[in-house]
Amino acid sequence: MKDSTIKKLEILAESAKYDVSCASSGTSRSNIKGGIGSAHGWGICHSFTGDGRCVALLKIMLTNFCLFDCAYCINRKSNDIPRAAFSPKELTELTIEFYRRNYIEGLFLSSGIIKNPDHTMERMLRVIKDLRTVHHFNGYIHMKTIPGASRELVYQAGLYADRLSVNLEIPTEANLKRLAPDKDHQSIYSPMRHIQQHLLENKEERKKYRHAPKFAAAGQSTQIIVGATDESDKQILELSSKLYKRPSMKRVYYSGFIPVNSYDKRLPVVQDVPRKRENRLYQADWLLRFYQFEVNEIVNDDYQELDLDMDPKLAWAIRNPQFFPVDINRASYEKILRVPGIGLKSAKLIVTARQHGRLNIDALKRIGVVLKRAQFFIICAGMRTFKMQEASADYIRLSLQEPIPLIETAQPQQLTMLL
Amino acid sequence: MLVFRYDETFEGLLTAVFDAFALKKWPEQVLSRHDVVPLFTSEEYIVFTDDKKAERVSTAMKKRLPNIALNQLTYVWFSELPERSSLIFRYLIKLFKTKKDISTNFADPDVLAVKQLAKKVSNERHYLMMFVRFNAIENQGEKVYFATVEPRYNVLPLVVAFFKDRFADQKWAIFDTKRQFGYYFDLKQLDLVTLDEQADLLFDGAINQNYLSAEERQFQKLWYHYCQALTIKERINPKLQRQFMPKRFWKHLPETWHKTFDN
Ligand code: SF4
Repeated sequence: MKDSTIKKLEILAESAKYDVSCASSGTSRSNIKGGIGSAHGWGICHSFTGDGRCVALLKIMLTNFCLFDCAYCINRKSNDIPRAAFSPKELTELTIEFYRRNYIEGLFLSSGIIKNPDHTMERMLRVIKDLRTVHHFNGYIHMKTIPGASRELVYQAGLYADRLSVNLEIPTEANLKRLAPDKDHQSIYSPMRHIQQHLLENKEERKKYRHAPKFAAAGQSTQIIVGATDESDKQILELSSKLYKRPSMKRVYYSGFIPVNSYDKRLPVVQDVPRKRENRLYQADWLLRFYQFEVNEIVNDDYQELDLDMDPKLAWAIRNPQFFPVDINRASYEKILRVPGIGLKSAKLIVTARQHGRLNIDALKRIGVVLKRAQFFIICAGMRTFKMQEASADYIRLSLQEPIPLIETAQPQQLTMLL
Repeated sequence: MLVFRYDETFEGLLTAVFDAFALKKWPEQVLSRHDVVPLFTSEEYIVFTDDKKAERVSTAMKKRLPNIALNQLTYVWFSELPERSSLIFRYLIKLFKTKKDISTNFADPDVLAVKQLAKKVSNERHYLMMFVRFNAIENQGEKVYFATVEPRYNVLPLVVAFFKDRFADQKWAIFDTKRQFGYYFDLKQLDLVTLDEQADLLFDGAINQNYLSAEERQFQKLWYHYCQALTIKERINPKLQRQFMPKRFWKHLPETWHKTFDN
C-alpha cells in the first residue's frame, strides 16, 4: 500500500460522491461456508460523512476518465480535473480489506466511459466477478450499468451484483439531449428494460431449477437530478410513479443539483442546493411507496409544484377536508395512515392496540402520534369535538407550517422524513 | 409499601413472579439485594432463586407470548437498568393475571415501556453493528482482528452471532472495556474471554496503537482519506453527522481522527 493509493482513492471517491444512492438494502444472505461476509436486510450504515450522509458501501469509480461530456457531471471530458484509474485487482483487494475491518457493507461501483460502453462494463465486471468467485465475497454489491451497454453484459453483471442501476439524471429527453449530447433516453431505458426482463426470466428459471443463479436480487434503482432543468415536480413525480410500476424498480433517488461546473451556459445559476425541494420530493416518494397515495393526489394540473412550506401529506389533507375526521377507533388502517402526524409505525400500533380497548388522547401520545398535527384531523375516545370544523384551513396552515427563519443562513436544513 | 428483593439473576426474577402468585403478595417494587431501602418500606420479602420455579414461569411465559415479546423482554433484561426488574415483574404479573396475550396492548404503560426500552437496547446493538472497527494485530504469529467497545447497555452478547456469521473466515475478538469481558472467534467457535490486567493491549479504553502493524495504519489512513473525500463541502453539517454518529463512538472510528491523519 503506497501513498499513491491514497491519492487515487481520493480522486475516485471525489468523482463518485455526487451519486446519492447508498442503500445497501434489499437482500439477506447468510455467510456461505468458507467465504467472507453476509448481506443484512436493511443495510447498515458504517459511518457518516461531514455532511451527514450514510456511508454503507465503498462508493467508488473504477476510473474517472470519460469520453462523454455531460454538462452536470464533474467527470465530463472537458473538465480539467485530476484523473485516475484502479486496476481491478487493486480495487477488489481494497474492498476486501475495508470489509474485514467492518468499515463497509460492500461495494458500489461506477465508472466513467472509456473506449466504449461495453469495454467499460467488461472492466467493471472483472472486479465484481473476482470478488464473488476468487475472494468468495458474500457482502453487498451495487453496480452502475453503463448507458448503452449490451444485453449480455447487463445479464452477467446481474449474476454477481445484488443491485444494478442506470441513472436517468434528466427527466425529459429534450433536456437530457441538451445537457448530455452523447446520451438519449433509449440508451438509458434499454438497459433498464434488460434488467427488468432478466429479473423476470430469472424468477421463472428459479421456479424450475432451485439452484439457478440469482439475478440482481435487490432489483434496480435510478437517480434524477433536481433543479438543473425546468421540469416541474408534477413531471418528476409522474415519472417516478411510472418507474415504480415496474416490479424491479426499488428506488428512485432525487439529487438536488450542485453546480459543479458553474461556468456552463446551459446550466442555471443557483446559489444554493435546492435542499428543501429535494426533501419534499423524497416525502412525496414515500407517500407513493408506503402510504398508498396516487401520484395525482399529490401533484396535478392545479398543483404542479410541491408546497415548500409544508410536507405533501399535510398539504393533501388541507386540500381534502371532506376526508376527515378519521375515527381512530374505527377507521381502516389505510385511512389512519393518511392522517398528518401519524406515521407507518404509529398507524400499525394503533390498529393492534385498539383491539384491547378504545384509545384516547393519552394512549395516542404514548404511541408516538404527533398530536400537534393530528389533532385537527381525528376523533378518538375522550375528544369532544372535531377540531378541523372549528379551524379554517388557513388557521391549520399557519399553525403547522414550518417557521420561516428570520435570517437566511447558509446552514443546510437537515433531511427529515415525514411522519 | 411491600418490596421484593432478589439476587439480580433472570432466574431470580422469574422466581419472584412465582412466589408472588403463591403468596398472593403484590409488591410495589422489585429491587436487587444491594439497592437502598426506599422510604416508607413497611415490608420486605427476600426471594430465594429456585431453578424449578423459574423453569415453570419460563415455560408458561413462552407458551403465552409471541417471540417478538419474548425478545423484547430479553432486551429489557440486558439494558441492566435498575428499573428493569420491576418493569419485567409487573409485565409478567399482568400477563398471568389476564390470561390474554397482552403484548400488543400499547395503551398499557408497562407494555409500551417494555417495547420502548427494548427498542433502545436494540438501537445500541445496532450501533455496534455499525461502529465496531477491527484492527489487525499480530498475536503469536497469527493475524487477529481486534475491536474494543463500550456500549451503553450490555449488548455485546446480543450481537456476536451477527459478527460470527459475517466474519467467518478471519479470527476476531471484540472486547467490552466497560464490563471487562469479550468474545474471541477462532474460526470454529466463539469463546467468552477476559483480558490479563497486566497486558498493555489496551490503552485508555481503546486498543494500544503501538500494537498495530504499519500496514494496519495504512488502512486506517486510507479509510480516513476516503471518508474525507466523500464529504460534499457545500453541504457540511457537523450537527447532523453527530446526530447519526454520536461522539462517544469516535475514539474507535479512524475516519474521525483528524489530528492523527491531517498533515
Ligand atoms: S457519462 Fe457519466 S461519468 Fe461520463 S460525463 Fe456523463 S455522467 Fe459523467
